[in-house]
Amino acid sequence: MASIPLRRKLEILSDAAKYDASCASSGGAKRSSKDGRGIGSTDSGMGVCHAFTPDGRCVSLLKILLTNFCVFDCAYCVNRVSSNVARARFSVEEVVQLTLDFYKRNYIEGLFLSSGVIRSADFTQEELNRVAKTLREVHDFRGYIHLKLVAGCSPELAVAAGLYADRLSVNIELPSDDTLKRLAPEKSGEDIKRAMGAVRLGIDDSKDQTHTGRKAAKFSPAGQSTQMIVGADACTDADILTRSESLYGGYGLKRVYYSAFSPIPDASQALPLSRPPLMREHRLYQADWLMRYYGFSRTEIASAAPDGMLDLERDPKLMWALANRDRFPVDVNRAEREMLLRIPGLGARSVDTLIGVRRVKAIRLEDLQRLARSVKRLQPFVITADWRPGAVDERLAEVAPPVVKPVQLSLF
Amino acid sequence: MYAVRLASEIDFEGWRQAARRLRLADIEPPQVVWRVGEEAGLFDGAEPPPPPPDTGFSAPRAFVELAQGVILHRDPARFELLYRLLWRLKAEPELMAVATDADVAAAQLMRKQVRDAEHKMHAFLRFRRVDEPDDPEAVETYVAWFEPAHHIVERGVDFFVHRMANLRFSILTPEVCAHWNGTLSFSPGVDGSQAPPEDALEEDWRVYFASIFNPARVNAELMAQHMPRRYWKNMPEARLIPELVSRAKGRTEAMVQAPPTVPSARVRRKAAPAEVPVAPGDAPADLTQVAAALQACRRCDLWRDATQGVPGEGPGDAPLMFVGEQPGDMEDLKGRPFIGPAGQLFNRALAEAGVPREAAYVTNAVKHFKHEPRGKRRIHAKPNAGEVKACRWWLETERTLVKPKVIVALGATAGLSVFGRSVAVTRERGVMGEVEGGALGFLTVHPSFLLRLPDEASKAAEFERFVRDLGEAYALM
Repeated sequence: MASIPLRRKLEILSDAAKYDASCASSGGAKRSSKDGRGIGSTDSGMGVCHAFTPDGRCVSLLKILLTNFCVFDCAYCVNRVSSNVARARFSVEEVVQLTLDFYKRNYIEGLFLSSGVIRSADFTQEELNRVAKTLREVHDFRGYIHLKLVAGCSPELAVAAGLYADRLSVNIELPSDDTLKRLAPEKSGEDIKRAMGAVRLGIDDSKDQTHTGRKAAKFSPAGQSTQMIVGADACTDADILTRSESLYGGYGLKRVYYSAFSPIPDASQALPLSRPPLMREHRLYQADWLMRYYGFSRTEIASAAPDGMLDLERDPKLMWALANRDRFPVDVNRAEREMLLRIPGLGARSVDTLIGVRRVKAIRLEDLQRLARSVKRLQPFVITADWRPGAVDERLAEVAPPVVKPVQLSLF
Repeated sequence: MYAVRLASEIDFEGWRQAARRLRLADIEPPQVVWRVGEEAGLFDGAEPPPPPPDTGFSAPRAFVELAQGVILHRDPARFELLYRLLWRLKAEPELMAVATDADVAAAQLMRKQVRDAEHKMHAFLRFRRVDEPDDPEAVETYVAWFEPAHHIVERGVDFFVHRMANLRFSILTPEVCAHWNGTLSFSPGVDGSQAPPEDALEEDWRVYFASIFNPARVNAELMAQHMPRRYWKNMPEARLIPELVSRAKGRTEAMVQAPPTVPSARVRRKAAPAEVPVAPGDAPADLTQVAAALQACRRCDLWRDATQGVPGEGPGDAPLMFVGEQPGDMEDLKGRPFIGPAGQLFNRALAEAGVPREAAYVTNAVKHFKHEPRGKRRIHAKPNAGEVKACRWWLETERTLVKPKVIVALGATAGLSVFGRSVAVTRERGVMGEVEGGALGFLTVHPSFLLRLPDEASKAAEFERFVRDLGEAYALM
């Protein structure tokens, strides 16, 4: 193995890591290297995307696996034991050096380290922790570290990981424990949830003051996230959102990432091979956002998604509005914030600006023109000082044309 | 006409003083020409008059903050726009809140573009190492050549100072250069010929960039939206983009078309999953087995949204068994019963009643946490009769193993499970007679009932009563 050149290892182990959607470097603690001996800083607000790959995705962290050798056989994963992909393994020192070298050239905000499971969960986690520990303690690295937590590792290792990392994540993988059992036979939904629970407890504890009144050590200050693969099993969008809701509530997750199942080289027979359902993924993110920032409940979103599937042509907020026409038009000069947030085409930031403006003057259509991407889209749903829609439906025809879904002809 | 000459493109202080004088002298915005440095147009106006003594006005903080951002914009019209806003504020003191006003919107857009430009500098600037890495005497030094979209170098360099405080670096740009060697200094701009030579790490970076890209998700438009083309020429990885985009479709098709691979027989043997028995009909032989087998329980659906099954806790031969309703949020996360707020109250009552912990085995009628998600929290939900019935198998198993002399049911759900019928806690409270298996049954309230009482007086009274109940049950042994 020592014969594999470093550059080739980098190629293999970043290729193996690209199916993890997260690359965020946001929301951690604020740090600077000014009072230290090493390098690195983090902002407490938004992260930095240092590049964008041609899939439009942000490259913020050096996202790699320590190794893509894996004893598990998860059907959806390119690194499963039964796949014939090239294998490699970094040493701890190699990852540390690569992180520092990339960081100093301003290519990255830090490291997102994951790994195939080798030997055992504990052994694998120990290796991941060793990289983070070396970066933090030997090199006084103050950039961002996102560590993957291997479900089933011991609580002590989870605690150690939380002390070095800005963010921890355990992937839930699939929307239901039943399909997880079928597609990832060695993984256990219980282990995954228990690991998430351990992270939540660690974060909660770190926010409590210690007995002496001193602040407890920081534990995964940027919280935890997870990823769910969309389209590898028969779960509906309603199933997926139910699962997300349960995870946000139970473990205080910062984010659930939805990852459209993507064809992989050397694919398993157990799964459909087709182009990734990117629009479905997009709609799930929108629905997730509506639940977390717009005051929609899951049942409200699900009620506008017959068969449990979100409409692919129209966004979930518009679908809800169309299903609840009696709530419109909304008078933007009078309505409460909660109702303004429900107007299709008006984002949360625009709503807050609008509330600021209407304290000073009456809102007219020209004001909305400056606030929304398309005032035409808003018109059927709003009343302004100089506008009142006629029969709501007449303009709706333009905004939301009835959709005839194209049907793929069968060959047989 | 009046002319104002600012010392530099980012001379906010100069602008502020001039604007102040102009407004105090009631000079309308169209009467003023704004110039920077030694620009042409020497004869186009007079100096603004000095302010009359003892006069002044204040501008809203929101305006000052906006102006400090806008001044860094490249658009020469920014000085005039800012003065026009300041002018209008006299008659329209709330103008800054009107984000939909044309001038306010224009200024806010400029500030946004300035912020974006600064952010892009933090993101897309690339350093190259210029010292000799093998020379032990050399100080690690990095140099970048960057072309910012607005005048943001002085403001943006702080980010790198925090990041690379213990290294040396220079950022070269056409207008100004910033240098850090423990202290920050600036020098005049240079041209692109001064850019440092390529760094050996750049090839590694390109390998990473190409490998982390998933061709099945290609979306070049989205990429260009986030990473405008104007920055590409100074980014080492950008030269790969055209080929990555043009080959993406073919690579994806190839993956879709390729037949699924068949793993070797050796791998298939190794990967065959070990069969895990689910909810075995055989009763576990000891409490450790109960705890393990509980994790595979599928007797009802509550396991789906719970973290884990929570088994009972306490000595395997305890004479006293307490049965609660179900685990709560904390119990679910930690996998231990009676550790949340109600559990702590229960422990206090036990101590007060003089019941030693060694004498008590505590468990729940339902072993998984039933709840409703509410945003970032989980709200307790009462288990229904079917769930209690399904879970009774576990309680019976625990009872058979522990063989307590007295079983105390805490609350109605526990009562249903222990006595096999619905009970009225307030009416039937106290000794209940013998239950299945020969133990003596006892019924009292659930400690969470005490937590829910509204006033302190009834809280204290009920707590005392609860303690009495526990003492009475203990005395039954």
